[in-house]
Amino acid sequence: MSEHLPALQVVIALTAAPLVMLLNRLPRVAWGVTLVTCWATLLVAVLLLLQVLDGSAIHYEMGGWAPPWGIEYRVDGANAWVLLIIGLVSAVVMPFARRSVEQEIPADRIGLFYSAFLLANAGLLGIAITADAFNIFVFFEISAIASYALIAMGRDRRAVLASYQYLIMGTIGTTFLLIGIGFLYIMTGTLNLGDLAARLPEVTDTRTIRAAFGFIAVGISLKLALFPLHLWLPNAYSYAPSMVTVFLSATATKVAIYVLLRFVYTVFGFEFSFVELSMAWVLMPLALLGIVIPSLIAVFQDDVKRLLAYSSVAQVGYMILGISFASALGLMASVLHLFNHAITKAALFMAVGCLVYRLGGVSLTRMAGAAERMPWTMAAFVVAGLSLIGVPLTAGFVTKWYLLQAALMEGFWPVVALLLATSLIAAVYIWKVVEAAYFRAPPEDARELREAPLALLVPTWVLTGSTIVFGVWAQFPVAAARNAAEALLGVPQSW
Amino acid sequence: MTLLGLYNYWIVVVLMMIGFYIVIAQGNLVKKIVGLNIFQTSAFIFFISLAWREGGTAPIALPGVTDYANPLPHVLILTAIVVGVALTAMGLALVVRIHEAYGSIEEDDIHQQDDPQ
Repeated sequence: MSEHLPALQVVIALTAAPLVMLLNRLPRVAWGVTLVTCWATLLVAVLLLLQVLDGSAIHYEMGGWAPPWGIEYRVDGANAWVLLIIGLVSAVVMPFARRSVEQEIPADRIGLFYSAFLLANAGLLGIAITADAFNIFVFFEISAIASYALIAMGRDRRAVLASYQYLIMGTIGTTFLLIGIGFLYIMTGTLNLGDLAARLPEVTDTRTIRAAFGFIAVGISLKLALFPLHLWLPNAYSYAPSMVTVFLSATATKVAIYVLLRFVYTVFGFEFSFVELSMAWVLMPLALLGIVIPSLIAVFQDDVKRLLAYSSVAQVGYMILGISFASALGLMASVLHLFNHAITKAALFMAVGCLVYRLGGVSLTRMAGAAERMPWTMAAFVVAGLSLIGVPLTAGFVTKWYLLQAALMEGFWPVVALLLATSLIAAVYIWKVVEAAYFRAPPEDARELREAPLALLVPTWVLTGSTIVFGVWAQFPVAAARNAAEALLGVPQSW
Repeated sequence: MTLLGLYNYWIVVVLMMIGFYIVIAQGNLVKKIVGLNIFQTSAFIFFISLAWREGGTAPIALPGVTDYANPLPHVLILTAIVVGVALTAMGLALVVRIHEAYGSIEEDDIHQQDDPQ
C-alpha cells in the first residue's frame, strides 16, 4: 500500500469526484464524502513529506511503465511541500465549507459544486506530483476547468464574467506552456522532467530551447498572476463563493509558482536560466512593480475581498522577488512564503467568509461596526492581518525576515527599503478594514448581526492560530523549506 | 528555399497570431472563443507536423517498414484536443450564463451595465 502513496495522492480525489456528483441529491452526504477525501489527501501528503524530509526522492512508475516511456510521479522535498500546502488547506476549508456553501450555492447544485472542487483539488495535486511535462499541462487544465466552474457559481452575476476572463487568460497561459513543451520535445525527444534535464545541456545553445524557455515562462507567469499578467485574479477572487476564494487563493497560484521553479531549476537548470538568460533581471523589476502597484491599488478598494485579492497579487510579487535574488537563501524564502502566505491568506479569506455569511457582502460601509457583534471573526482577521503585514511572532514575519536577509546578502539596499515600505502599505490597507469594523458606527439600515456559527469560526481560528504557531515555532516550516530549496538546487547547502 | 521548405511552421505562426489577435481585439464573447480555438489549433498543428519524417509512413507495424512518423505527438494532441473541446464547452456555457444575466454578449455593453458612467 505505502509504495502506491504517490498515485493515491491524486487518485483518491479524482475517483471521489464522480461519486460526489452522483450524490448530488444528498448535499450533506456529498459534503461528508468530500471532507473524508480531503482528510485522506492530507494524510497521504503528510506521509509523503515525512519520507522525503531527509533529502531523498520517491520515484513512482505509473502503471508499471518505466520512464521515460511511462509517466513518472516523483516526490522530493519541493513538491512534497506543495502537496502538504494543498492537502492542509483543503482539509481545513472543508469543515468551513458546509455552512458557507449551503448559504451561497443552490441546494440542487451542492453535490456538483463539491465534485468540481475535488477535480480542482486533484488537478492541483497532479500538477505538483507528476514528473512528466505533458502531464503537467493536462493537470493544469483539469484544475483550471474545474476552477472556472467553481468561480462561476458565485452569487453576483459578475462572477460568471470573472470566470470567463479567467478562462480566456488561463487558456492562453496553458497553450503557451504546451507550445514550450513542444519545443522541448523536438530538441530532446522526451517529456520526462528528469530526462529533459539530462538531455538539455547538449542542445542548450539553440534558439529553439530559448524559445521554449520563453513560452514556458510566460505561460506559467499568466497562471501564477505575475504582474502585469494578473488581470484575471482580482475579479475571480472577489466574486467567487467564499470557500472557493479561500481554496484558490491559498493553492492555485502557489502550485503555478512551484511549476515555474521546477522548470527553471530542475529542467533548464540554474546556469541556463539565471546566467545565460539573466532571468533575474526580468523577474526582479516585475516582482517589485507587482508588489508596489497592487498594494497601492488595494489601499483604495472598498470591497474587502477585492482588497485581499490585490494583496494576493502583491504577495506573489514577494515570492517571485525571492526567486529573482538567484541565491539559495532567496529561493528558500520564496518556498517558505508559499506556505506562510497560504495559511495567512486562507485565514483572512475565511474571516471574510464569516462576515459574508452574516452580512451578505463585505464592502467597508456594510461591515462598519461589525466587530462589536462579531468579535471572534474580527479578532481572527486582525491576527491574520498582522501576519500578512509581517509583524514579529507571526508566520508572515518569518518569511519577510528571510527575504530581507537574502536581499541584504546581495547588497540590494533599495530592495530592502522597498520591502519595508510595502509592509507599511499592507499595514494601511489592513488598518482600513480594522478601522471600519471597530471604530465606525454600524450603518442605519444594519441587519441584526450575530457572531458567525462555530462551524465557520473553528476552521478560521485553526488557520489563524497556525499563523501564530508557525510564527513562533518556525523550525518545522524553515527546515521543510530548506529541504525543498535543496531539492530544487540539487545540491546540499550550508544554511 | 529552406525558409519556405518549413511552410508548415509558417502556417502555425500565422494561425497563432490570427487566433491571438481575435482573442484580444474582438469584443464579442463568442468570437473570442473562436479566436481561442484557432490559437489552440495552431499548437495542435505544430505538434502534429513535428512528428512527420521525410519518407516515413504512418506508424503502423508492417513488414519491411522502418521509417515512420512519430506517433507520440499525435497521441498527445488527441488529449489536447479533448482538453480544448472541454474548454470550448465551458467557455460557451459561461457565455450562455452571461447572456442570461446581462442580455448581451458584447464586452463593452456588459461593462457599461456593471459600472454605468
